[in-house]
Amino acid sequence: MARMKFLCDAERCIECNGCVTACKNEHEVPWGVNRRRVITLGDGEAGEKSISVACMHCTDAPCSAVCPVDCFYTTDDGVVLHDKDLCIGCGYCFYACPFGAPQYPQEEAFGVRGKMDKCTFCAGGPADDNSAAEKEKYGRNRMAEGKLPLCAEMCSTKALIAGDGDMVADIYRERILKRGGRPQTWGWETAYSS
Amino acid sequence: MKQKTKSKTTMDKAPVKKARNRWKSMLWSFVFIVMSATILPTASYLFSADDAYAQVNNDNNQRANFWRAVREGKPGYSSVSGPEAGVFINNGGQNWRQLRNGVIANYGGWAIVLGLGAIVLFFLLRGRIKVEEESSGLTVPRWKTWERVMHWYTAILFVLLTISGLSLLFGRAVLIPLLGAKGFGMWANLSITVHNYVGPFFALGVFAMLLVWVKNNIPNGTDMKWFAKGGGLIGNAHPSAGKLNGGEKLWYWIVIFVGLIAVCGSGLVLIGWAAQYGVVDGGRATMQFAHQIHAIAAIIWIVGFFGHAYIGTLGTEGALEGMTSGRVSAEWAKQHHDLWYEEVKDQAGRQETEISGATATST
Repeated sequence: MARMKFLCDAERCIECNGCVTACKNEHEVPWGVNRRRVITLGDGEAGEKSISVACMHCTDAPCSAVCPVDCFYTTDDGVVLHDKDLCIGCGYCFYACPFGAPQYPQEEAFGVRGKMDKCTFCAGGPADDNSAAEKEKYGRNRMAEGKLPLCAEMCSTKALIAGDGDMVADIYRERILKRGGRPQTWGWETAYSS
Repeated sequence: MKQKTKSKTTMDKAPVKKARNRWKSMLWSFVFIVMSATILPTASYLFSADDAYAQVNNDNNQRANFWRAVREGKPGYSSVSGPEAGVFINNGGQNWRQLRNGVIANYGGWAIVLGLGAIVLFFLLRGRIKVEEESSGLTVPRWKTWERVMHWYTAILFVLLTISGLSLLFGRAVLIPLLGAKGFGMWANLSITVHNYVGPFFALGVFAMLLVWVKNNIPNGTDMKWFAKGGGLIGNAHPSAGKLNGGEKLWYWIVIFVGLIAVCGSGLVLIGWAAQYGVVDGGRATMQFAHQIHAIAAIIWIVGFFGHAYIGTLGTEGALEGMTSGRVSAEWAKQHHDLWYEEVKDQAGRQETEISGATATST
């Protein structure tokens, strides 16, 4: 069984935000919700580096552990999904998440946030595959169509790789062997080591 | 004979002195060893001053510097806007998770169970504390109407917040097996809505209590004696008390410090009001901290509330009337609040006469 993982190669990411745009367009996520974001450290300085960050679909997912309504589940592919029908918008998953993945569509008086939204690894949600309800709540289900996440598919420099963890690691290992330097599998220790 | 004893003592003194010297030198060398062992290694600080370590942090090793900054959670730039969008790693999340799911959920659950258990045990051992004197039918005024309205307003909201709050903390473990995921999802949704909307109105009630009742709750010497005698809870003593006894004052200050400051204060942070008015930054670290304070203090408050509710209803005969009708029997007042009874006994009367008197004056 495949174990899906994201890997962002900081030596290749050029901060084009193509992944962010692809994601927003594919899933038609509302304003203010960004399932993926690119962060640049030392922006505008020599040696600036960027990483594209989204839900890493952790093995021992902190969001799932702290959820008061237990709305998270991990698919057979190792993708962490959640049920928006159960979500109460408490914000705990955002406090616990190492990657800042959970997003909320509202910010109103009395702490109302609305249902949490996050990266689904383009795998939809608990609703029927590719149904209208699934599309509206969770976005497209590309995995059900046998496709990988669009952010990685559309990455112009192939900095962002998505897929089975072993294959992703093989591709990255090959790159490191060719170009030298140390491997930096950003976020992997946090997300997958437990 | 005399000389003999003297010579004997001098003969004894020499080895004593020797032993004392040995002890002295031993202690001094011990002190010397400890001092040397602690002070000498710090001499290395003399060398660290001349930038021995600064070279490691050189600017040329950009890649290492970058990953170090990422690990430390140093925020970068992100064109995507959102709360803390520039932060790579939220390092505090796992700590918060461990504290909430581990320490707070476990010890908090035990605190509530043991608190309830202690009350049941106390009731079984001590029973209801009865009014000892025969009732004469006379009552004295204890709480004014608006004081009672304030009390019950706050009390009802407290119960709502307790039920909804405990559902959010323990519901996953306790209620999902009972209600199912869907059922509990709806209940939790209702809970968080009630909790967030009712909370600020509840805080107003507690704040009103702070203003209104602070004058009754200044601790004094009588309270110390009251506590020293076990407050009448232990044994059959009836220590002197004014309008409020030491225990009631203690509960009041628990409500103010644990309740108003810790629980209500952190609650206003959690619903985002404190951040809106710039009191706190509203970031994840603040929210995690506020949540921990909120949960821990609320559990302390709830356990205290169990005691308060027990003593005010089942535990003490004649106490509840003070907060429902506003009047308590003269005998109850004499037994539990003798000093206060002396102040108000001239107002003693039957409720009917007072009501007819009031109608008489109004007409």
